[in-house]
Amino acid sequence: MTTRVGVVTFPGSLDDRDAQRAVRLAGAEPVALWHRDKDLHQVDAVVLPGGFSYGDYLRCGAISRFSPVMDTIIEQARQGMPVLGICNGFQVLCESHLLPGALTRNDSLHFICRDQKLRIENADTAWTSDYSSGQEIVVPLKNGEGRFVADEHVLDELEAEGRVVARYLDVNPNGSYRDIAGITNATGNVVGLMPHPEHAVEPLTGPTTEGLGFFTSVLKQLVNA
Amino acid sequence: MARVVVDVMLKPEILDPQGQAVQRALPRLGFAGIADVRQGKRFELELEGPVDDAALARIREAAETFLANTVIEDFTVRVEEEAK
Repeated sequence: MTTRVGVVTFPGSLDDRDAQRAVRLAGAEPVALWHRDKDLHQVDAVVLPGGFSYGDYLRCGAISRFSPVMDTIIEQARQGMPVLGICNGFQVLCESHLLPGALTRNDSLHFICRDQKLRIENADTAWTSDYSSGQEIVVPLKNGEGRFVADEHVLDELEAEGRVVARYLDVNPNGSYRDIAGITNATGNVVGLMPHPEHAVEPLTGPTTEGLGFFTSVLKQLVNA
Repeated sequence: MARVVVDVMLKPEILDPQGQAVQRALPRLGFAGIADVRQGKRFELELEGPVDDAALARIREAAETFLANTVIEDFTVRVEEEAK
């Protein structure tokens, strides 16, 4: 049976098609999920894509977090379903309290779009097992509100438990505390990432193909489950 | 109709780059002597019914869960006197 990975479309999502394409290139079947539909259509994992859902009104991800599909995703994520939130998806995961902290305005106030070097710090999550710990990758980054913040004790806890998934290398593009680009929950099934691995899956369109590992990781995890 | 105002501000320890940009622009425009600027949000809620304890409790709940993200923001709730 083919592994089914859902990709949610909210009003204002931009990268849902690219995320679907990355899922397909990784060897799984992408399933389009609609924000108003509570039904997850028997998917094995979910990607919350990048974009500007609800125009970033109120706060990024704050309105999407209360969409019907999120009720089911939050419930399933708590039971262990793998969920990857990219960029706006990461913001939705923080607003949902599936991940700690928050994403705030870049310290430079500029929208940053660049090919970003990252170090994978935790290669044991559902979405990073195809990488090795310490591996350096380059994927596109594009955000205006990507600055990860949290209380000192939350940051210390994330570090102590190895829950920092990826860190910015060379340049910290947005002022994120401790150069954090991505984090995971305590059980490693929910990952939020500010840069965009789904834009680095093909040589024609990406700076590298080093983003594909996020999608092949979850596939491997689900097949072996 | 009664109006309840919810003010939402970034917590003091959270950097506010927008407020800083405003502060830097002020002296250029001739507004001297302003030491710091923090930018926040104000929500004006018009109630259908009376502003009683129950209504205010519901509004506090809305502020806590939705209007503010209490990870990074503080909020205050106050009733605005009706205009005569």
